[in-house]
Amino acid sequence: MTGRKVFTTLCIAISAWVTFASLARAQVTFERILNSGKEPQNWLTYSGDYAGRRFSPLDQVNASNAHSLTAKWVYQTGATGKIETTPLVVDGILYATAQDDRAFALDARTGRPIWMYQYPVPTDIRPCCGHVNRGLAILGDKVFLGTLDAHVVALDAKTGNVVWNVTAADYRTGYSFTVAPLAVKNLVVIGVSGGEYGIRGFIDAYDAATGERKWRFYTVPGPGEPGHETWEGDSWKVGGAPAWNTGTYDPATNQILWPAGNPAPSNRGEGRAGDNLYSNTLLALNADTGKMSWHFQFTRHDEHDWDATQVPVIIDAGGKHLIAQANRNGFFYLLDRSSGKLISAKVYGKVTWSDSKDAEGRPVAKKDASPTLEGHTVCPGALGTTNFMAPTYDPQTSLFYVTARDQCDIFSTAPQPYEAGHAYYGSAYFPSEEAEPYRGFLKAIDPATGEIKWKFEHTSPTWSGVLSTAGGLVFTGDAEGNFIALDAAAGKALWHFQMGGAVYAAPMAYAVDGKEHVAIAAGSALYSFGLP
Amino acid sequence: MHSILQTCLRPQLWLPMKASLLIASFTLIAYATALGADDRNPYAGEPKAAKAGEFQFRINCALCHGLGAHGGGRGPDLTRAQKKHTHNDAEMFQVISNGIPGTVMPANGTNGQGVGMTDEEIWQIITYIRSVEVKTPANAAGNADHGKQLFYGDANCSLCHTVEGKGGRVGPDLSGVGGSRTRDAIIDSVRNPSRRLAWGLTESTKEFPQQYETITVVTADGKEIKGVALNEDNFSVQMMDASELIYLLQKDKLRSFKKSRESMMPIYKPDLLSDKDLDDIVAFLISVGAK
Repeated sequence: MTGRKVFTTLCIAISAWVTFASLARAQVTFERILNSGKEPQNWLTYSGDYAGRRFSPLDQVNASNAHSLTAKWVYQTGATGKIETTPLVVDGILYATAQDDRAFALDARTGRPIWMYQYPVPTDIRPCCGHVNRGLAILGDKVFLGTLDAHVVALDAKTGNVVWNVTAADYRTGYSFTVAPLAVKNLVVIGVSGGEYGIRGFIDAYDAATGERKWRFYTVPGPGEPGHETWEGDSWKVGGAPAWNTGTYDPATNQILWPAGNPAPSNRGEGRAGDNLYSNTLLALNADTGKMSWHFQFTRHDEHDWDATQVPVIIDAGGKHLIAQANRNGFFYLLDRSSGKLISAKVYGKVTWSDSKDAEGRPVAKKDASPTLEGHTVCPGALGTTNFMAPTYDPQTSLFYVTARDQCDIFSTAPQPYEAGHAYYGSAYFPSEEAEPYRGFLKAIDPATGEIKWKFEHTSPTWSGVLSTAGGLVFTGDAEGNFIALDAAAGKALWHFQMGGAVYAAPMAYAVDGKEHVAIAAGSALYSFGLP
Repeated sequence: MHSILQTCLRPQLWLPMKASLLIASFTLIAYATALGADDRNPYAGEPKAAKAGEFQFRINCALCHGLGAHGGGRGPDLTRAQKKHTHNDAEMFQVISNGIPGTVMPANGTNGQGVGMTDEEIWQIITYIRSVEVKTPANAAGNADHGKQLFYGDANCSLCHTVEGKGGRVGPDLSGVGGSRTRDAIIDSVRNPSRRLAWGLTESTKEFPQQYETITVVTADGKEIKGVALNEDNFSVQMMDASELIYLLQKDKLRSFKKSRESMMPIYKPDLLSDKDLDDIVAFLISVGAK
């Protein structure tokens, strides 16, 4: 080896060491996630920050140059079915998931894989709505995966090797995880899926280091617990109230704000008389103990599967501590975050189930809105005005952007015995043929007034989430396979790219080498876009 | 071999076949024993299982096959004893489990909506379907031969619709429609063509791959084009006009773009097409669809 070669090799080694060192230092601490705004190049948690805003402070891509966006790389996951993941990015490495509990790490600059992990999903599993997963949480040197058979798995962020694997519940009775967990302090917080099976819903917190369960909050209270009286007889045992979307965290009060979903059976209220707490309820839980400090129920005694698991978004405006949720039942709710008191509930889509409000301002169901044996048309339909698609709040425009759907369904009801592990809906819903064709929108809502500032109509309803960025843009995908950048202020489409597969995921943004990227999954692939 | 055997096992054929196939029947009793538990409905004829199956049917099947299995305009009427793709419980089990390739019938648990069914639940559904079947074959109300003449002749259907490889391309191919839709749904589509334009359902359950909405555009150079949508997104449209020309257009380059849910298909009122002639055409479509 010549002296020159030795020198070159040494330089490469040193630079590699420097790079390595920068990665090795890259432990994702709780403080880093708390201050995620200080490192806009990274995306450290499902919604980008603890407030659930899905807002990126990056502004390199903006309204004046968005038209020149181009695909930087595409990663084929090899998995089939819907990909609902939101990637995480930490210091140049992207972590995401695909169908069937596959997790992977990529070079965020090139899309080249670093590791891939395939969880051994049991073959006899029948989770509702596809073998989906919405993403990972990261803390320390581990990423965390909730699995379709209701396990929580910690993987080494550098290798994808399993560090620990714990069982939360028995998948054979209908429990599963599809949610991206939330890492808070030293805990991994996760909510269960299975509202279609008559589970008893819960939110768990696990020690990130060991996998030991630190607390569990049952979303259906047991005997002797407050709220238990809102269930008829033994109906609480199979009361549902899953918690399958990622909640948010308020550091000021050390509270986790996590929504719970539909009561079971979803289409039949007979046999579970009462409000059915805490179904369709936003819960404020102490992060250390899981103890509830307040709750707010959106839909009492739900009979339409208005599974209220939409991401709640923390908004601080005008000295007020607020939390907002665009609910599946068609109302946009604004609450006081310190007390859980309702400030306003405004319609943001086609709604026929309610035309009045109670003394607290909560929408009240009309008497004839209940499902019948023969079927009865109600709007929104069972898929809701929105669903799991992640919304975004842009602090620059002060607007809340959400994917919305106008669709009515015929709801029918019939008695159905509970059988463990079997679907437990209490009958079914059908698209209403008398109603208009279904319409899908991206809507920009002023949270203060509930006013819809603009709406962008999709060709057909989409399942895509929405991202806002400091570049004055919102990004979303459509069912026809387009990824679209819109002007955040006016809703005008500025750019689009045809990805060749429908979108069920939510976009996120990151930067590497000082260059902004926007990423989203579509079809069976993950795409990353940037400026030329 | 297996499928021939299963055809012989078709319960509703036992009566008509009993004399001519007596020997074959003896043979298949031996085979049936060898088939194993998975090929026989463990709940056949059990009223309790049929009731459970009715719940499962409502949840999993009624979206397309209608409440009561009478067909929903998208899936065939399953109360017809004669079924195109299945001849016995074992085949029906396979069809529900694996779907029917080339059709919108999905495999169990793969449509991304709702919960997949257990084997037990599938058998319960089959028991339910058997319990609501009308044993007498559907009365072929019309004259299929005359219907065929009308379809390709005076009624002008084939100007836009293809059946068995013959006909126009502007409307949907109707070769399978007699097997996949109810008689009433077909009649309604002819009398009220705009009412059942395929819309809104998830892609996998759409009746036809295209939407058949009517699109009228004016191009940058002022040319008006009217046709059916082959596909569309927010930024482009692919359409076919009445002379079967395909246009690939970018919406932002158009002077105007109008989409209508008024079908390009003429409304066939009884003075244009009598009830009897329509019955004949439906009989023709059903005879083709059953193949």
